[in-house]
Amino acid sequence: MNKRVGQLQLIKKIKLNYNNYLLEFKADSILSDIKPGQFVNIQIDRSPSTFLRRPISIYDVNYQTDTISLVVKIVGAGSETLTSTEPGSIIDMVYPLGNGFSQPKAGDKCLLVGGGVGVAPLYLLAKEMNINGIKPFILLGARTAEDHILLSEFNKLGEVFLTTNDGSLQVKGFVTDHEIWSNSLNFNKIYCCGPEPMMKAVAAKAAKLDIDCEVSLENLMACGFGVCLCCVTKTHDGHKCVCTEGPVFNIKDLEWQI
Amino acid sequence: MANLEVKIHNLTFKNPVITASGTFGNGVEFDDFIDVNSLGGIVLKGTTLKHREGNNYPRMAETASGMLNAVGLQNKGAEYFCKHIYPAVLRYDTNVIVNVNGSTIEDYIALAEIINDLEAIPAIELNISCPNVKEGGMAFGTSCPMAEQVTKEVRRVYSKTLIVKLSPNVTNIAEIARAVESNGADAVSLVNTFLGMAIDAEKRVPRLSTVTGGLSGPAIKPIALRMVWQVAQAVKVPVIGMGGIMCASDAIEFLLAGASAVQIGTANFVDPQVSVKVIAGIDDYLQRHNFNSVLDIIGGLQM
Ligand SMILES: Cc1cc2nc3c(=O)[nH]c(=O)nc-3n(C[C@H](O)[C@H](O)[C@H](O)COP(=O)(O)OP(=O)(O)OC[C@H]3O[C@@H](n4cnc5c(N)ncnc54)[C@H](O)[C@@H]3O)c2cc1C
Ligand SMILES: Cc1cc2nc3c(=O)[nH]c(=O)nc-3n(C[C@H](O)[C@H](O)[C@H](O)COP(=O)(O)O)c2cc1C
Ligand code: FES
Repeated sequence: MNKRVGQLQLIKKIKLNYNNYLLEFKADSILSDIKPGQFVNIQIDRSPSTFLRRPISIYDVNYQTDTISLVVKIVGAGSETLTSTEPGSIIDMVYPLGNGFSQPKAGDKCLLVGGGVGVAPLYLLAKEMNINGIKPFILLGARTAEDHILLSEFNKLGEVFLTTNDGSLQVKGFVTDHEIWSNSLNFNKIYCCGPEPMMKAVAAKAAKLDIDCEVSLENLMACGFGVCLCCVTKTHDGHKCVCTEGPVFNIKDLEWQI
Repeated sequence: MANLEVKIHNLTFKNPVITASGTFGNGVEFDDFIDVNSLGGIVLKGTTLKHREGNNYPRMAETASGMLNAVGLQNKGAEYFCKHIYPAVLRYDTNVIVNVNGSTIEDYIALAEIINDLEAIPAIELNISCPNVKEGGMAFGTSCPMAEQVTKEVRRVYSKTLIVKLSPNVTNIAEIARAVESNGADAVSLVNTFLGMAIDAEKRVPRLSTVTGGLSGPAIKPIALRMVWQVAQAVKVPVIGMGGIMCASDAIEFLLAGASAVQIGTANFVDPQVSVKVIAGIDDYLQRHNFNSVLDIIGGLQM
């Protein structure tokens, strides 16, 4: 679907835990072909502290009802204002943006690794995999049990494994400490989204095990559609814009010291 | 509809709204959002003779009502421009202007010569005001002798409309404007970004990889407007005003201060459709105030 500036109506707001919300929006046009990993760029209020738009991954799309869902974690003024918006309000978004994840080949054994609110884009990816007959393995990490969100949704789409930094739920430690890595499950594809240190650790594992791996980056953005050149990451082919040539990159293209 | 046409040197613009370099890509990125042909003109991303990788990430920091950028003129160079970008912008029926940058006078001259041969490019904007490169750039725009020299040398090889883009990081911008005017500039555009900086207090580190960067957006508008007003009084050549324009009334302020046209920069990030809204808003203003032509309000500030 072509990029557009849309006026979407917030129709549902669900508090997932103390600082994460699920927001569902009704689009003002017919939705089609939104790829897992793509994002929207939301106008908050143009106030002095939230002058630029805020990029948020697309968590889910419903083509029957033309609705888009997002998961937003409160980290500052923009996310605070957005999550305190009441249903019925109209929100201005530029969407859909970015390239999205590649689709696995039939029969691929896929591992999805998510950390914190980074689980968001993996949901639509897992959903599409299910439609294509692939049941992914899903490894999610968070600080504490309370920080794990949307587990019942992910449970419907594949086998879910969890880690918590404090050991309050399942395996204690980081996602890379989970025994799934030592089981010979023979993954051929890893998809990862989360804090950068986590993605780098996962990328290092994938590289060591020689498994193809895609990561979704969250660089700071001014425009979101490839004109300001502020969001770049270093690749073997020079600086690339995360907003247009990403946010999803194959780790073999990135200049990551892993 | 009022008559929105303006002239800069011998170039006609359908309306006084131009998009600013570095904020509008090569135009094609906006095709999904607006009809680029409805604009008075577009200034393409800053180009240099040779490929430049630009500065390291992070290149952007949001600040109160604005942003700092430190892109550092990332672009693929003149050869790539002629082969790939020029053919893509040929289809536009608007003034497509190339923003010309260099580290040395020789670079500026060589690039201006190359662009001079491109038939569909009626003008260049000579950027002597980029704050984000180590060599050249702003150094040319902050000293009168250097601004004079680069304008004079480029004028020798460039036969079409020569716009010189001024730096606001000077004590007396009118003086620089007069210096480039008397050395062959057909118009001046201002302002480029203001040198600024931002610090992450929690981490005690600069928020830009380059420490300092260029400030743009509504935060700079009052200063930009003052400079445009001063320059418009100091020179006879047309002035193109910019700095923090977010809506039609902002643009009208610049026209009243003496700008013959305006450029819209950072606002394109906030609203990719802002440029066409500004055109409609200027038209609406002219009709409300019973002006037949936008020319009636240029420099129309009443004191
Ligand atoms: C492609 C993409 C997809 C994203 N998807 C989601 C999502 O699905 N859900 C979600 O909650 N968030 C997502 N984010 C991050 C989200 O954009 C930021 O959290 C948000 O912009 C913060 O705005 P704010 O005004 O609340 O915080 P600010 O006040 O702007 O920032 C608060 C703190 O967070 C840091 N910060 C802000 N943005 C970023 C960033 N992009 N990267 C690293 N640090 C940052 C700031 O430096 C500051 O320390 C995504 C970002 C990108 C680029
Ligand atoms: C991300 C970014 C990149 C820019 N790149 C260029 C450039 O390549 N050449 C140039 O002359 N000006 C460049 N500028 C400056 C703008 O063209 C404009 O002069 C400035 O931003 C002030 O206008 P504004 O407040 O409307 O953005 C850039 C500005 C931004 C924000
Ligand atoms: S955010 Fe502007 S180019 Fe990516």
